[in-house]
Amino acid sequence: MKSISEKEYAKLTQKASPSSPTGKNCTFAFVVGGGICMLGQFLCNLYQQWGLSLPMARGAVSISLIFLSAFFTALGWFDTIARFAGAGTLVPITGFANAVVSPAMEFKSEGIITGLGVKTFTIAGPVLVFGISASVVYGLILWVARLMGM
Amino acid sequence: MERIGRYTLSLQNAHLSAWASVVGKKESEGPLGSCFDLTCEDDSLGQDSWEKAEATLQKMALETALGKLAMKPEGLDFVLAGDLLNQCISSTFGLRSFGIPLLGQYGACSTMALTLGLSSVLVDSGAARRAAAVTSSHFCSAERQFRFPLEYGGQRAPTAQWTATASGCVIVENQGPVQVKKVTFGKIADLGVTDAANMGAAMAPAAAETLLAFFHDTGTSPQDYDAVYTGDLGQVGSTLLCQLMEKEGVNLQPVHQDCGLLLFDREKQDVHAGGSGCGCSASVLCGHILPLLAQGKMKNVLFAATGALMSPTSSQQGESIPGISHLLHLTPAEG
Repeated sequence: MKSISEKEYAKLTQKASPSSPTGKNCTFAFVVGGGICMLGQFLCNLYQQWGLSLPMARGAVSISLIFLSAFFTALGWFDTIARFAGAGTLVPITGFANAVVSPAMEFKSEGIITGLGVKTFTIAGPVLVFGISASVVYGLILWVARLMGM
Repeated sequence: MERIGRYTLSLQNAHLSAWASVVGKKESEGPLGSCFDLTCEDDSLGQDSWEKAEATLQKMALETALGKLAMKPEGLDFVLAGDLLNQCISSTFGLRSFGIPLLGQYGACSTMALTLGLSSVLVDSGAARRAAAVTSSHFCSAERQFRFPLEYGGQRAPTAQWTATASGCVIVENQGPVQVKKVTFGKIADLGVTDAANMGAAMAPAAAETLLAFFHDTGTSPQDYDAVYTGDLGQVGSTLLCQLMEKEGVNLQPVHQDCGLLLFDREKQDVHAGGSGCGCSASVLCGHILPLLAQGKMKNVLFAATGALMSPTSSQQGESIPGISHLLHLTPAEG
């Protein structure tokens, strides 16, 4: 075809491609993400009632949410919820748990070490690499600042 | 065999004698659900990996097609096969027990037209008495190779397409109810689309190039055909194809249909822009198009399957997506 340039085609493509329903996605994300946070708060209160201190209760909440999300992933429910919830399930700690468990399940067929072991962090890996790197940099800045008496 | 114009081959003696389609559960629940030879309620097909499941799909498709002719595998001189997985393992593992000379092909989602076109050329030239063309795709094996693990909780873009769990097989020989009149093998077209979640847009220019080449070589226009089927452009790619053709002064819209839009109900089945995968156009060809031709309900059909020739590596490196489309002109057998 001689009559169309890449630029013109990019314009046509943009026009023909429906964009994501941002309003709907944000609403679902807000409701589901908020719901997960409410559940977290409920569990925190419950654990405190059962006699845990606040810091311990917060740790127990993280453990509970990670367990639930791994469990829902294993049952095949998590992706169904996430299809509607989007960032609502992705942003809380639930998203991280799902990103670790789903490749572990998927690549088990390639062996415990070369499949599960190697590929468990294919999705969550970057979060760990850049998260840990950022915390080291931040720690260094804080250390230097303290040395200088700031 | 005779070459017409720059790109098209005219064949005299390539007939389709039998065909078979096998689909998964979701495909069997689509608008064409009742058309397929075999449907699998369980997408694992009783296998312990998705790759083995897809290989089994190809095996079943070839066995079913051979069964219709009551023929043994030895009756085939060649099998031409391909799929989406690395090193085409669905084809090699699915077909290794048959003992037929294998010609592996890769044309991404255009593979059905590629294998069937070459099978027809082999039969028409006398290099083969009978040849089979078979392809497959499986949603679960494609997802893990090209995108995310199945249970990963993400949202798909509205332009994304759903890889069909399906396989199709066609046997070509010198007699049969449908005839391959012409074949046009396409060249790569790339208009710079880099979004791997919008493959319809990447492939539409290739479909346009091949169709324009065919119409030019044969001196025909879309109105000379009952239908022009493209393979797996989906909603976005179909819109773009019709627009590209219109810019070239060709009105394709009235006769255009797309296998990716026929296989699924886009709204009810949550497949976004439509179906895709080698098995999509293969199963629609074998389950829907060829039976209509054999029954004489259509007389003149173009089947142009389209493929996006990228890999996860090339996409991650920011390369644009090269598209390709191969075309077959199909009619009921003469006389």
